Amino acid sequence: MQAAGSTFTKRVSIAIHDKRLQAALAHASGGFVHKRAQQVAALPEFEALRERARDVKEHVLTNLDGYLERYEEQVTRQGGQVHWAATAEDARRIILEICRKADAKTVTKGKSMVSEEIGLNQALEAAGYEVVETDLGEYIIQLAKEPPSHIIVPAVHKTRQQVGDLFDLHHRPLGYTKHLTEVGEMVDEARQVLREHYFRADVGITGGNFLVAETGSSIIVTNEGNGDLTQTLARVHIVTSGIERVVPTLDDAVTFLRLLARSATGQEITSYVTLSTGPRRDDDLDGPQEYHVVLVDNGRSKMLGGPFREMLRCIRCGACLNHCPVYSSIGGHAYGWVYPGPMGSVLTPLINGLSAAYDLPNACTLNGRCQTVCPVKIPLPGLLRELRRQQFESGLTPAPIRLALRTWAALARRPRLYHLTMRIGVALLSLFGRRRGALAWLPLAGGWTDSRDLPAAQGRTFQQAWSARKGARP
Amino acid sequence: MNDGRSRVLAEIRKSLGRAGPGGEAIVPLPAAGPRPAFDGDPVERFVAKMLEKSATVVRIESLAEVSEAVTDYVASIGANRRLCVSKALAAIAWPPGFEIAHRAAVREDETSVTPCFAAVAESGSIVTLSGPDTPSTLNFVPENHIVIVHGSRVVPHFEDVWTLWRASDRPMPRSVNIISGPSRTADIEQTIQLGAHGPRRLHVLLLAD
Repeated sequence: MQAAGSTFTKRVSIAIHDKRLQAALAHASGGFVHKRAQQVAALPEFEALRERARDVKEHVLTNLDGYLERYEEQVTRQGGQVHWAATAEDARRIILEICRKADAKTVTKGKSMVSEEIGLNQALEAAGYEVVETDLGEYIIQLAKEPPSHIIVPAVHKTRQQVGDLFDLHHRPLGYTKHLTEVGEMVDEARQVLREHYFRADVGITGGNFLVAETGSSIIVTNEGNGDLTQTLARVHIVTSGIERVVPTLDDAVTFLRLLARSATGQEITSYVTLSTGPRRDDDLDGPQEYHVVLVDNGRSKMLGGPFREMLRCIRCGACLNHCPVYSSIGGHAYGWVYPGPMGSVLTPLINGLSAAYDLPNACTLNGRCQTVCPVKIPLPGLLRELRRQQFESGLTPAPIRLALRTWAALARRPRLYHLTMRIGVALLSLFGRRRGALAWLPLAGGWTDSRDLPAAQGRTFQQAWSARKGARP
Repeated sequence: MNDGRSRVLAEIRKSLGRAGPGGEAIVPLPAAGPRPAFDGDPVERFVAKMLEKSATVVRIESLAEVSEAVTDYVASIGANRRLCVSKALAAIAWPPGFEIAHRAAVREDETSVTPCFAAVAESGSIVTLSGPDTPSTLNFVPENHIVIVHGSRVVPHFEDVWTLWRASDRPMPRSVNIISGPSRTADIEQTIQLGAHGPRRLHVLLLAD
C-alpha cells in the first residue's frame, strides 16, 4: 500500500505542516522511549539477552534451510500445512486459494506486517471477501483507508477526535449513534462491533512473531487478545510469516520474548503470548479445523547472501522507530511504504528496489540511536550507509550530489587546498552573518534556509581553533 | 506449491553458498539464554507481578474454598451467576444457585473458570494448555476469567514451564496461552484501556499447595 503524496520530500513537507500529526507524534515518542528505558534499567540481563538473541539469529540464518525444513516437518506432524511463497504475488495467490477452498466469505485478521508487505487486504477485497482487521489500531486505519504509520502502533498518528469521527461514520449504520469523545467508550464500541466478526469469520489470518522448529508452533504476541479470538473462532487459521522468523527451540523463543515487549512498548511482557500448533485435535471443543502457515520469502533469501544479511535478525519491535529523530518528526506515512523508520529505510529499498526508495537511506542523520536500542544489535546506520554507497555506484545519486561529493573528495585529498578553502568559506560565512549571527539565505542551501536560519560561522575553522587550543596548553 | 518450496530453499542455499540440503548438519548453539535473576520466593514474586499487571489475586487454602471465593468474586463485580468452567475442574463443588456449563465459551458467557498448567514468577504469567477438558476460548471470550493456580505449580522462569511440559509426556497442545493480565490496548493516544477484546478482568485464586 502506498501512502499519499508522490515523492518523499513532498510527503515530508505535508507531514511537517500537519499540526494534528505533529501533536500525535510528540505525544507518542516520549512515552515509548521512557517506558523502554525503565524496563531496561530493571533488567540487568538485558545486554546479555541482546547478545544471545543476536547469536541465536545468526545461528538460524547460517542454517536457515535446515531449520525451515525441521519446522515444516513438525507443523505437518501436528496436522498443519506449510506453504512456501517465493514472492508477494505467490503469497497472495496461496492465501486466496486457501480461502476459496474453504468456501470463505468473511476473513478476520490479527495484526501482521507481512500481510501489509504482500498487500493482502487489497487482494482479498478485490476477490470479494469481507476483510476485517481486529487489532484496534489496524481497525482504525482500515476504516480510514490508510496504511499503518508504525509497525506496532499502526494508528499512532490518529488523535481521539479523529477516531471519534471515524466511528461516527462507520458505526452509525450499525446502530451506534452516540458521538464518542472518551478513549474508554471508543474501545468498548470497537469491542462490540468486532465481536460480531470474530464469531462470523470463516478464515482468521494472523502474523507469526516466531516460528519454533522444535515443536512446529507459531507464536503471536498481543495485548488485546484479538489475535487469539481471530485464530480460535474462525474455521481456518492462516499464519503469514517471513522465512527468517524461525527459532530453534522453545527456550530460544523465550530469549526473544524477554526482549520483544520491553523493546517495543516498554512492557515486561504483553498480556498474551500464544503458541499455536496445528488445527484442533479430534476431541478438542474449539479451535480452527485447518491450520496453514504461509512462509514468505519476498527478497529475504537474497538478502541472506549479501551485506544486508544482518537485517534478517529484525524482530519488528519498533524500537528503532521510537528512537529515531527523523521518524519522530515526519511519522510513518512519509516513508511511503509499510515499513517506516530506520528498519523500513533498509528494508524498503531491498524489497522494492534501490531506485524505488532512493530518499529513504539518505533521510537519516546517522546518529546511531537505532543501533543502540536494537534488541538484536542490527547495525542500522552501517546498512543505510551501504545502501547509499550502492546507490552511488549504480548511478542513482543525483548529479548535483555526485558533483558535491567529488569536489569534497578532491579537496579532502589535498589538505593544504582543503584548509585554505575552509578558511575562505568560514570567513565569508562569518562576514555575511555578522549582523544577526545567522544567515537567512545562502546560495545552493535553500533546502536548509527555507525552513530555518543557518547559524553563522564564528570566524575560525575547526583546525584553527584546535591549533590555538593546543598552543594555549602548557 | 512444491515449486515455491524448492525455489525458496534453492535461493537460501545459493545465498549460503551451499549446494545441497544442510538439515542434518546443524550443530546446536551451546549454552542457554540468560534468565532474569531474582531474590525471594517465586510465589510472592508471581503475586506481586500479577498485581502490577492489573490482575487480582485471592489466596485460598484448598479447593474446598473455591466455591466461596468464586461466589464472592462474582458478586463483587456484579456478574451473573452462570459460569463456563473447564471440564478439568468438574470435580470441584460449585456454589449452589450457580449454573455451571462445561463446554467451549459462547458470546453470552460472562465468567469463565479454568485451571492452568503452570504459572511463572519471572513476569507474573499463567500458562494454559488447550485440550478437550481445557478449551482455550474460555481464556478469551468471557469478560471475566478466573484462574485456579496451585502454589506448587509456580515456577521461576519460562524455561521451567517447558521442562514441566517435556516431563509430562503430553503431546504439544494446539494452543499454549501465556497470560499476563487482562486484555488491554493503548492504540488510541497511548491511553491504556483494559478489556480491549479479551477479558476485562483476570482473577487468580492461588492455592497454598
